Amino acid sequence: MLTIENLHAQVDGKAILNGIDLDVKAGEVHAIMGPNGSGKSTLSSVIAGNEDYEVTQGKLLLKGNDLAELDAEERAHLGIFLSFQYPVEIPGVTVTNFIKTAINANRKAQGLEEMPASDLLKKIREKAKLLEIDSKFLSRSLNEGFSGGEKKRNEIFQMAMLEPALSILDETDSGLDIDALKIVANGVNKLKGKHNAVVVITHYQRLLDYIVPDFVHVLFDGKIVKSGTKELAHELEKKGYDWIKELA
Amino acid sequence: MAYTEEELKKELETKEYEYGFYTDIESDTFPVGLNEDVIRKISEKKEEPEWMTQWRLEAYENFKEMTEPEWANVNYKKPDLQAISYYSAPKTKPKYESLDEVDPELLNTFDKLGISLEEQKKLAGVAVDIVIDSVSVATTFKETLAEKGIVFCSISEAIQKHPELVKKYIGTVIPPKDNYYAALNSAVFTDGSFCYIPKGVRCPMELSTYFRINQAGTGQFERTLVIADESSYVSYLEGCTAPSRDENQLHAAVVELIAMDDAEIKYSTVQNWYPGDKDGKGGVFNFVTKRGLCHTRSKISWTQVETGSAVTWKYPSCILKGDHSIGEFYSIAVTNNYQQADTGTKMVHLGKNTRSTIISKGISAGKSQNSYRGLVQVGARAKNARNFSQCDSLLMGNDCGAHTFPYIEAKSNSAQIEHEATTSKIGEDQIFYCNQRGIDTEKAIALIVNGFSKEVLNKLPMEFAVEAQKLLEISLEGSVG
Repeated sequence: MLTIENLHAQVDGKAILNGIDLDVKAGEVHAIMGPNGSGKSTLSSVIAGNEDYEVTQGKLLLKGNDLAELDAEERAHLGIFLSFQYPVEIPGVTVTNFIKTAINANRKAQGLEEMPASDLLKKIREKAKLLEIDSKFLSRSLNEGFSGGEKKRNEIFQMAMLEPALSILDETDSGLDIDALKIVANGVNKLKGKHNAVVVITHYQRLLDYIVPDFVHVLFDGKIVKSGTKELAHELEKKGYDWIKELA
Repeated sequence: MAYTEEELKKELETKEYEYGFYTDIESDTFPVGLNEDVIRKISEKKEEPEWMTQWRLEAYENFKEMTEPEWANVNYKKPDLQAISYYSAPKTKPKYESLDEVDPELLNTFDKLGISLEEQKKLAGVAVDIVIDSVSVATTFKETLAEKGIVFCSISEAIQKHPELVKKYIGTVIPPKDNYYAALNSAVFTDGSFCYIPKGVRCPMELSTYFRINQAGTGQFERTLVIADESSYVSYLEGCTAPSRDENQLHAAVVELIAMDDAEIKYSTVQNWYPGDKDGKGGVFNFVTKRGLCHTRSKISWTQVETGSAVTWKYPSCILKGDHSIGEFYSIAVTNNYQQADTGTKMVHLGKNTRSTIISKGISAGKSQNSYRGLVQVGARAKNARNFSQCDSLLMGNDCGAHTFPYIEAKSNSAQIEHEATTSKIGEDQIFYCNQRGIDTEKAIALIVNGFSKEVLNKLPMEFAVEAQKLLEISLEGSVG
């Protein structure tokens, strides 16, 4: 699904990623952990195609497609979805209108007609139910005045609607109380399948109790310094990140 | 690769005016120049009664004593009024019984505008009085309206057929000497629309007029008069596009609304005149005077979507004379490239318990300047007058300007006046968020702008709202920094 080879990236001339290798296969869940400033969010931004970050070396492939020359929306059309750590507000644009626009933009890129309103409505109802989202929520302005938990739930709702091949969840657990965390995790688990993959970026092990990863990678100083199974996450929870720094 | 700021700027610069075309219809045009003779000739051409001719000449006498206003936050070369022809009418047969008789060129123009008459005719509930240059050439749905006693025709026709109504009301809201351009209009207006809704009648359809400036070098001076008699209701739509021209075209319209006791008038405008090219060359000068008079318990709502013109100078206002009367102003003004807009409203509270609402959304891009100028005036007798104003500005890029000039004059200590203002910029983070969801930058801007303008777009009648949204997208394509 996602292949990253020797990826180097910088922002404003400052190197943040220093040679990342990662192979995510369809059906897998990978967790990327690491202390603050290790490059976790940069990695997600680079994969999504944020122009603020410059790739200086290495390769990014999605389903064999080289992402280097593709802009963010083209990457989205290929099936990359990023659940933002800080979702932005768009006043006056309802959650429903936004998701409708996004779905139809993706369909257009695939040469499909716009989704009929009745189908869209049905799908919205179904996914809103899955994430325990109230219908009133759908007519509110996107992220405007949303609580931290509402914002994150809305991100996963969009993910459910768009059915991406690769979902990157960037610190989705931050700002969530335990009930919201369970709902979000439950949603992600239900959406998981043989044909898609999930990359969970998190500082804490907490979310991984609910979204159980197949692989855990520890990022430090822009490199993956250790990979393992979910046991590694538990080890990090117990021992902290200090011992990891010595591995670098 | 994604849009860079440079690419966006380039695309913005090469964006052509979508409605820039010219219809080749034979015209009967006066030589350029302005004097008493020209005014007499206009009146003669229109077969007007003597009182109308005298009214025009009096306005011209006033006009000669006046000077062009300079207080607006706009810069432009003053138009040479002696270099304009004041009358231009299509030579082809001006009145038609059916579409078959209409010049195919003209129909083609309508098609390009996306308002083909066939389509309009099918659109139940819309009567269209189309003004090409100065003479009305097509009127539909007249019979249905006539059954209700509603008069909806060109102002010239009204002068002929309903002189008592015109004589009674013309110039009562905007006197000929009100201002420089209103005086000019009063002297030389050649066409426009007239509408009278009798007592207790609710107009069963949206009344709609499309204006176009079609002849090179002719200024257009429409005069519109809408009278809603006691307890009546009318919704009036005015939409405009104009072909591209190199020289500036002057447009100085006057619109007068009169809402008698318990009447309601909704007046909606979509203005998309040629804004000039990317270097600020050409474009329409839009110097308009619009004002409504509200009698007891009546209501006037102005809604405008202003995307065109090189220079706009326009303040649709309400005189809340009657007790319990209501004035509303909802506006979206978009400026791009070198466009300049100084627009807003005046709410003059004279009666008791009068209320007014002002919602203004200014969107500036390119090197444009966008100003909101509004006056809320509360007279000594206007007990318990209330006003709420909200002025929001959205900026795109670093070279444009947004300005707000709110004036408040309250002579009654029971007045409640609220004013809110915000300024924001379309953020790259908002664009990236949309991009990440598969929405391209153009569409993302359209989405953000529509969201910003929503409160005003919602006030437009349905069929107009769709057109207005399209216009916003066209006007701002490629304009983010």
